Parts: sequence; C-alpha cells; structure tokens
Amino acid sequence: MTASQTAKPAETAAASHPDSSGAARTPGIAPGRLPPERLAGNFADLHPPLSAHEALVAADRCYFCHDAPCVTACPTGIDIPMFIRQIAAERPVEAARTIFEANILGGICARVCPTETLCEEACVRETAEGKPVEIGRLQRFATDAQMATGAHPFARAAETGRRIAVVGAGPAGLAAAHRLAMLGHGVTVYDAREKPGGLNEYGIAAYKAVGGFAGREVDWLLGIGGITIRHGRLGAELTLDALAAGHDAVLLAMGLAGVNALGAAGEELPGARPATAFIAELRQAADLSALPVGRNVVVVGGGMTAIDAAVQSKLLGAETVTIVYRRGRGSMPASRVEQDHAAAAGVAFRFWARPVAALGEGALREVEFEYTRAGDAGLEGTGETFRLPADQLFTAIGQVLEGAPEGIALERGKIAVDAEGRSSRPGVWAAGDCAAGGDDLTVTAVAEGRDAAMSIHRSLTGD
Amino acid sequence: MADIRSDFIGIRSPNPFWLASAPPTDKAYNVERAFRAGWGGVVWKTLGLDPHIVNVNGPRYGVVYGADRRVLGMNNIELITDRPLAVNLAEIKQVKRDWPDRAMVVSLMVPCDEESWRGILAEVEDTGADGVELNFGCPHGMSERGMGSAVGQVPDYIEMVTRWCKANTRMPVIVKLTPNITDIRYPARAAKKGGADAVSLINTVSSITSVDLDSFSPEPSIDGKGSHGGYCGPAVKPIALNMVAEIARDPDCAGLPISGIGGITTWRDAAEFMALGAGNVQVCTAAMTYGFRVVQEMAAGLEAWMAEKGHADLAAITGRAVPNVTDWQHLNLNFVTKARIDQEACIKCGRCFAACEDTSHQAIAIKPGRVFEVIDEECVACNLCVNVCPVENCITMERLAPGATDPRTGRTVPAEHGDWTTHPNNPGRVAAE
Ligand SMILES: Cc1cc2nc3c(=O)[nH]c(=O)nc-3n(C[C@H](O)[C@H](O)[C@H](O)COP(=O)(O)OP(=O)(O)OC[C@H]3O[C@@H](n4cnc5c(N)ncnc54)[C@H](O)[C@@H]3O)c2cc1C
Ligand SMILES: Cc1cc2nc3c(=O)[nH]c(=O)nc-3n(C[C@H](O)[C@H](O)[C@H](O)COP(=O)(O)O)c2cc1C
Ligand code: SF4
Repeated sequence: MTASQTAKPAETAAASHPDSSGAARTPGIAPGRLPPERLAGNFADLHPPLSAHEALVAADRCYFCHDAPCVTACPTGIDIPMFIRQIAAERPVEAARTIFEANILGGICARVCPTETLCEEACVRETAEGKPVEIGRLQRFATDAQMATGAHPFARAAETGRRIAVVGAGPAGLAAAHRLAMLGHGVTVYDAREKPGGLNEYGIAAYKAVGGFAGREVDWLLGIGGITIRHGRLGAELTLDALAAGHDAVLLAMGLAGVNALGAAGEELPGARPATAFIAELRQAADLSALPVGRNVVVVGGGMTAIDAAVQSKLLGAETVTIVYRRGRGSMPASRVEQDHAAAAGVAFRFWARPVAALGEGALREVEFEYTRAGDAGLEGTGETFRLPADQLFTAIGQVLEGAPEGIALERGKIAVDAEGRSSRPGVWAAGDCAAGGDDLTVTAVAEGRDAAMSIHRSLTGD
Repeated sequence: MADIRSDFIGIRSPNPFWLASAPPTDKAYNVERAFRAGWGGVVWKTLGLDPHIVNVNGPRYGVVYGADRRVLGMNNIELITDRPLAVNLAEIKQVKRDWPDRAMVVSLMVPCDEESWRGILAEVEDTGADGVELNFGCPHGMSERGMGSAVGQVPDYIEMVTRWCKANTRMPVIVKLTPNITDIRYPARAAKKGGADAVSLINTVSSITSVDLDSFSPEPSIDGKGSHGGYCGPAVKPIALNMVAEIARDPDCAGLPISGIGGITTWRDAAEFMALGAGNVQVCTAAMTYGFRVVQEMAAGLEAWMAEKGHADLAAITGRAVPNVTDWQHLNLNFVTKARIDQEACIKCGRCFAACEDTSHQAIAIKPGRVFEVIDEECVACNLCVNVCPVENCITMERLAPGATDPRTGRTVPAEHGDWTTHPNNPGRVAAE
C-alpha cells in the first residue's frame, strides 16, 4: 500500500467524527448530521491528482521493464511503461493516447481500479521495496491532461453501414460502443436508467469520481461519433428478438441489476435496504446534507459494495457503522487496502457472524446475529447470538443477473460466453459483469467490452 | 584519527577544500561566511583591470536536471568580477588579516602584456594574499577579448604569461587550465616550463544547456539569443578526473602539483581527485547548489574514510591511483569475467535482458517465471547488465579462475598477464619473451 493511500482515510476519519453537539446524535435516520463544509471535505477526492512536478518524479521511478509484469496484470493490457515514459518526457497527452488505445475508460479506471491487486501489485518496485510506481495516479495525470484539451483522441473510420445494439451503458457497453463506432459501425446503446455510465454513475464510491467525472467521461467518449444512447429496458419494452432482428449484432452488457436477498426475518422493515440502492441515491444526491443516514448503521457483506456503503455512511456522519461478515478477515473479497481504508474512516468490523433477524416496531432498531464457524459441511451457525443497534441495515451480499433473455445459456447465474464474448445465441455477445468469467471490476468490464467489439467487428467484416 | 590539514605548494589550510574562483568567492561577505562554515581556503573571484567589466542583466545560468530537479550540470555566461579593483583588493586584505589560517588565493585575468600583469601582481601582493591563480580557463565572453581560454588554448601564451608572473612576484603561481582543448598535457607542460608552482583544473566546458523549442533560443536566453557558456557540476567530473590523471601520469609534468576541480560534490569525489594526483580540491557548483555548509560533510567524510582505512594524512592518499591508470594496450586480456545474477536479489524487471538482447551479446535467457540467467557461452563481460540493473549487487562480474575454460571461446584462461602488445592479432605486436 502506498503512503498516499493511507494518508487520506486518516484525514477523513478525523473530519468525520461527529460533533459532540448538534445533529450528529439525532436518533433514527436523519439528514444533516454534519455541517456542509465537513461533508465537502469528507467527500473530496480520495487520491488527489498529481501536480506536474509530482508526476515527473513519480514517472522517473518506472524502470521501463522488459515485458513488464504490470502490463500483464492490467486486464486491458495498457502499455504502462510506455505511457509513463511519455509522461517523463513531458508529453502527457500522448501518454493518454497510449492508455486510451487499450482502455478508452482509462480515466475512471485510474480512479477506481484496485491497483494494489492489479498493476501496482505486479510492479517490480513493489517486490523490491514495497513501494510500487504510482501507476494509477500517473494514469489519471495523463488522462486528465488529455480530457482537459476538450478534444477526442481518435477519429472514426468511414461508415460501414452496419448497426449494432448494445444493452447497458456501463463500462462494458461503453467500451464496446466506442470501439465499434471507431471502426465505422453505427451503435445504439439502450439503458434502463436515466443516465448512462452504469455503476460509474450509480455505484462507485463518491470520493473516487468527484466532480461529476462519470458523466463528463461519457460525454467525452461519445465524441467519437456514431453512438446513440436510448432509454430502454430489455425484458420490458425491448426484446432480444426485436433487437436481433433490427441490428447486425447485439451485445448484452447489462451488469448485475438484481441483488441477493438476506433471507432474515424483518428484512422488509423500513431502514433495511440493499447497499447498492443507498449508494445510488447518494451518488445522485445534489446536496449531501439533505441525504438521511442512520445514527447506527450495520452493513452485511464483505466486498467492495459493503466497504463503500459503510465508509460513505460514516462520512455522512453516522455515529457507529459496523460491517458484519460471515467469515474471517482473510476471506473478505475486499482487498486489505479497502479494509484499512474503512477502518481508518472509523468503520468497525465483526467477523464470523450472520444476520438472523431485523428487529423493530415500524422501523428498524436492532439486528440480531448468530455467530458462525467453518464446519465440515461449510459454514454453520453456533447457536450463540448477539444484537447490534441499527437504524439502517445495508445488505451487500452480492448482485445477480436480472432480466437475462430467454433462450440464452447461463453459467453459474451469468451469461455463458466463449473466449471472444460470444453467447450461445448466434449474433449475440455478452460482456462485463453479466457475462460469466472475469472479476467484477470496471477494468475487466472494459476489457471484455472492447474484446467483444473486436469479435463483432471480425464477424461482420470477415477480417 | 586522520590529519586532513593541507599544505599545497606552501599554502596551508585546515582542510584541502577550497572554494573555486566564482560567485561564492566574489566578495568579503561570502568569503567570511564560507570560512565560518569551515572552508579551508578560497580562490577569490577573478580580478581584472579597471574599468571593471559588466555582466548580462538577464539570466546567467542554465541547468541540466536529473530526477526531481537534481542539478546535474550547470552552465554560466558570467564574466569575471564586476566590481572595481580597489574594492576587491581592500576586501581581500581585510579578510586575510581576519582569517590568517585560511588559504587566500587571488584569481587574475588581465590582457596579454607584461605591464598589465606586473601592475596587478604588485597590488595583490600588498593584500597579504597567499598566492595567485592565472585564469586561462573561462571559455566565454573574456575569451572573445583575447583572455581566459583564448590564452589557455595556446601553450606558448601560457608559458609566456606564467614566466612574466613568476618574474614579477614572490607569491606562488597556480595556472588554471581550460578543458576546451584536445590534449590537456600540452597546456600543463607549458605552465610547468613557464615556472608555474601548480596547475588547477578544470575550468568550465564550453556548452549550450538546452534550446527553447518555442522561441528557438539557446538557454540561458538573453532577449531571444544565447551564447555558449561554461559547463560545470557533477556532469563534468569524469572529464575532469581524466584530465587530472593525464597530467599526473605525464613524465613531462612529473612533480607538478595539481589542484583538482570539476563536479566535486561530496568527500568521495574529493578523495577520487586526490587519489588521481590532486594535492587539494576546489569546489564551485556544489556550494552554489546547496550553500556553504556542504564543506562540513566533505571534511567529516574525508577524515572518517581516511581514519577507517588507516591513511594518516593527505600525502598518504595523494596520487595513490595514478600508477593504476594505464593505456588500453596494457590491460590484461587474460582477465576473464562473467556476469552472475543473484536470483534472491532479482526483482524481475528484465532490464538486463532488454539491454543485452537488443544492444549487447544476447547473453541473457528468460526462463519460465521470469527467471533471468546469463548464458556463459555468449557473455563477453561487457558489464552493461550490471550498469542497467536497478538493484545494487544483484548482478556482479565474477572472474574465471586461471585454468578454467571460458565457455564462450573454449579456451583455457591463462594465469599470466597477456595484453594487446603481445596479442597475435596485433600486427605491431612485440614478441613475448
Ligand atoms: C458499490 C459498488 C462499488 C464498486 N466499486 C468498484 C471499484 O472501486 N473499482 C472497480 O473496479 N469496480 C468496482 N465495482 C464493480 C464495477 O462497478 C463493475 O464491475 C462494473 O461497473 C461492471 O460494468 P458493466 O458495464 O458490466 O455493468 P454496469 O456498470 O452494472 O452497467 C450495466 C448497465 O446496464 C443497465 N441495465 C441493466 N439491466 C438492463 C436492462 N434490462 N435493460 C437495459 N439496461 C439495463 C444498467 O442500468 C447499467 O447502466 C463496484 C461495484 C459496486 C456495486
Ligand atoms: C557562475 C560561475 C562563474 C565562474 N567564474 C569563474 C571565474 O571568474 N574565474 C574562474 O577561474 N573560474 C570561474 N568559474 C569556474 C569555477 O571556478 C570552476 O572551475 C568550475 O565551476 C568547475 O568546478 P565545479 O564543478 O565545482 O563547479 C565559474 C563558475 C561558475 C559556475
Ligand atoms: S556482461 Fe554484457 S554480454 Fe554479459 S550478460 Fe551482461 S550485458 Fe550481456
């Protein structure tokens, strides 16, 4: 973990400590627990951008490795040593082009990628001294510089007359649409939500993409031309048959719109809801001081969603926030860096426990948990229970595919695809979280979307 | 304990670190601060005749940076002192009176006629200064007026002016040489013939540090134009070390004391200059970059290293490396080494592979798991892999013992020395006896 990654949470932890007076201890679920200026500080950029000089110093640390391990570790295979060398030679805009050639969403990836488990983990300087080259922040430096020019870095090939439908305007769908449009095809992207961007817009933690970055990035990406975004939900007003009939190819990139239910009594009480819904509301809130949050918040789960819901509750001014995970710390899907980030923000962790009941009259007051242990036949309850006070309960125990079209083969609940992203139905591809295989990460979605686009292109042009 | 007190051509100083003639020694204010910080001596900023010269009123310096704006090399277009002669002389006199234990040498540059030199030498003598340094070195500005390196590039002039000076003063005369010449031994020999007590080198190297690609002006730019300047600082040290060594091992210069200058930044640089024959050292850029306090590290470091190695005094280290400087033709071709990669230390960056594969001898193999191994059959021992490896001591060169077979040539490594002079491929070889 880099120093910069630890510095910020420590500051936010101090900043998020509720005032002893005022609204901080208002019982129940209430807005305005912290004054607006404290909220602004808490939700500021997690990793502030590098200055030009800092970028030169950081870039100088790159060894320009042969067949660099960081490139192998990046799901989109960005030529990292090359773009860093371009920054070092004071050509950040050209560095960005190197990035965008492999990953058109290099801007958001620079902000949200868990680099500690991807490129920076593979960096030989991590091996050498436990301090990798700051690839993520350098990537942001370059992509910010390019986007600040206001120009789109690529030109579109001549129109091919081919038309492709993409379902879902998240990272997978956008990366695919861009690549297809660049190759001269006409693309229509359908999305069920009001705004494009997918989880970049509705899911990613607010302090990772400040200043409306997700929306700006979509506008910038559309600068390639040839892409139309339409409102529409597959399974409702849209059907796969109709899309397939009206287009030369269809790409399903609809993410995971559903959530797993807790299966605990009282789960329908007001105050209990999926973490993703809370986060989406937070991301869309125009005024965070109007956004209500519980005095005591409990989050169930162990992944990135659980961490983000917990940290952001704390940053909104919740007095206590506890993540309860059914196994031990080492099994948590969230990386150690993310766990430490949450701990530094003041989030408490409880391990080896599962919820059995949400309790309260008309509104949530407590959650009852049962201790767990690893038994011979898997996880089992010990019979011993405890309760945590809770005005809000956020469940973050996994998202699931919702609205998969009939007649498409699934694999462990996701759309089965081959190495190129082809589904079981000819003419239909799938990419991103909704497709089987690959981690559920923004960068993986981008890689899969891009690769599916290339596969579609090959199938349409015979190249 | 080691004794780092210095006696250079009879001029004593508490340590061998002098400030070179330059802005740090421009006036009493600086020099007194330098002495308080611990400098052993100074060569006062070069004096000239009145009316005093003027400097440009725009930037005088250009810099080449390393990572994090570390100053690697600096170039300047400053001329000699731009203050009246009388002011300088009065200050020199006062400072020498107040700091009798420090070396006070005065740098001089006047037109090439004996009268000018005789006149200024008498005035300097009157200050009580310990010696003079003849500036035949500055490559910019003054050289256009027939002084500085314009003299230093013509050995006959060096000899002539040195002789005038020796004839007109009792003070020791140091001749400061310009590196802007093909063979440094010629000006050094001329200085010796003229009777110089010592030479000092190097002055700055003619240079343009960079070009502004918007205005297309060289840097430092004065109103859109630039003039070549003099380069100094860490970047010039290798050039200076070689020139010092060339003089130190030249039979015609035998016994000629040398004051080493050029890129000295730490005690180690100073020790290297002295090992190659310098009796003391002078410093400019390090002081201009970091301030006067750097001398404390230099003095403490030199003393500690000498004590650690049992070198009692400066005489014990001066010139110690000179016998080991030789001509290429005498290098032992039977000294055969191979690169060895320490797999424990290796961080798998692959730079050795890229360097050797693309530009050397294809002598490094990538084994599964990014394991890099040297192919002894191909390794010519060039050292490039060692040079580019970011981990110190990860790649080392190991000698093949005499009697071992070199897998590259299939020949047995001989125990005895064998060099080019006797090599069968040398058409001009001498018969090995
Ligand atoms: C809270 C949270 C935090 C995360 N944080 C990170 C992080 O920090 N770093 C990281 O790398 N990854 C993170 N992820 C994961 C990452 O966001 C996803 O892996 C990525 O967004 C997947 O991209 P996608 O395009 O496949 O799907 P999505 O981003 O989910 O986009 C799918 C799109 O399809 C639309 N859609 C869904 N169903 C339909 C339908 N039936 N008809 C039409 N449109 C439909 C949706 O509205 C959405 O716009 C996080 C996820 C969550 C939930
Ligand atoms: C700004 C500047 C001015 C200089 N002026 C003089 C000078 O007046 N007389 C002189 O003999 N050398 C002058 N020099 C050269 C230095 O004395 C010294 O020989 C050279 O800088 C190399 O040493 P260094 O690498 O420690 O700086 C000057 C150097 C600099 C940087
Ligand atoms: S010493 Fe030179 S030839 Fe030998 S392995 Fe290293 S780089 Fe290659």
